[in-house]
Amino acid sequence: MKTYRRPVSATWWRRNPYYVWYMVREASCVVLTLYALTLLVGVARLAQSEVRYEDWLERLSRPWAIAYHVLAFLLVAYHAWTWFRIMPKTLPRVPVPDKAIVVAGVAAIGVCSMLLWWAARP
Amino acid sequence: MKRSNKPIFWSLFGAGGMLSALIGPVLIFITGIAVPLGLIPREAMGYERMRLFAQNGFGKVAIVLVIGLFLFHGLHRMYHGVHDFGIHVTPAMKAAFHGVALLGTLAAVYLVSVIG
Repeated sequence: MKTYRRPVSATWWRRNPYYVWYMVREASCVVLTLYALTLLVGVARLAQSEVRYEDWLERLSRPWAIAYHVLAFLLVAYHAWTWFRIMPKTLPRVPVPDKAIVVAGVAAIGVCSMLLWWAARP
Repeated sequence: MKRSNKPIFWSLFGAGGMLSALIGPVLIFITGIAVPLGLIPREAMGYERMRLFAQNGFGKVAIVLVIGLFLFHGLHRMYHGVHDFGIHVTPAMKAAFHGVALLGTLAAVYLVSVIG
């Protein structure tokens, strides 16, 4: 059976800032996927040899690589903020004020970030 | 009625969303900005240290979870994002997006297992 498919324009979201921010958040998935693939290549290099791994690490210092990671950082940070901002709506109903859930989520980002930053230092 | 596979992909999307919200920004900052710019010593991601991390059981699990869940989250969202650009999604596209995530996860599992 063939059903009618209403055509959707590719630029509908440009009409309203709310939808633009929605698309910014959705864009975080592209950089997050690329970041995961970057790490996967790093693990592959790590499994191969020291020379290959050092070469991968060296490539991360190139200007375009740093620029890409700055963009990825900003987009994923925005994803992180929206993830907890909508948490009162995505969680099952709990007897806690909405604001407390958001504050706890943002605090959790802070704690996890500090722990990882501390653990990463040699 | 045929069982839907939606809960599986939605759970992986949710787990990846949670993990990337909690540690995504700081991980990207450490590996992509702080170490390359020398804000923390390069040895933080040195060969010896990363080998030891990948050879440790906890390290192996951490590597597979980060790569696998980030991929499942990112590619699931991308699959739905295609629709936002007015393109009709097909079951083949769904299989392709989730297939890449699965392949990447399996590759990570394989790599941490051969690393010793």
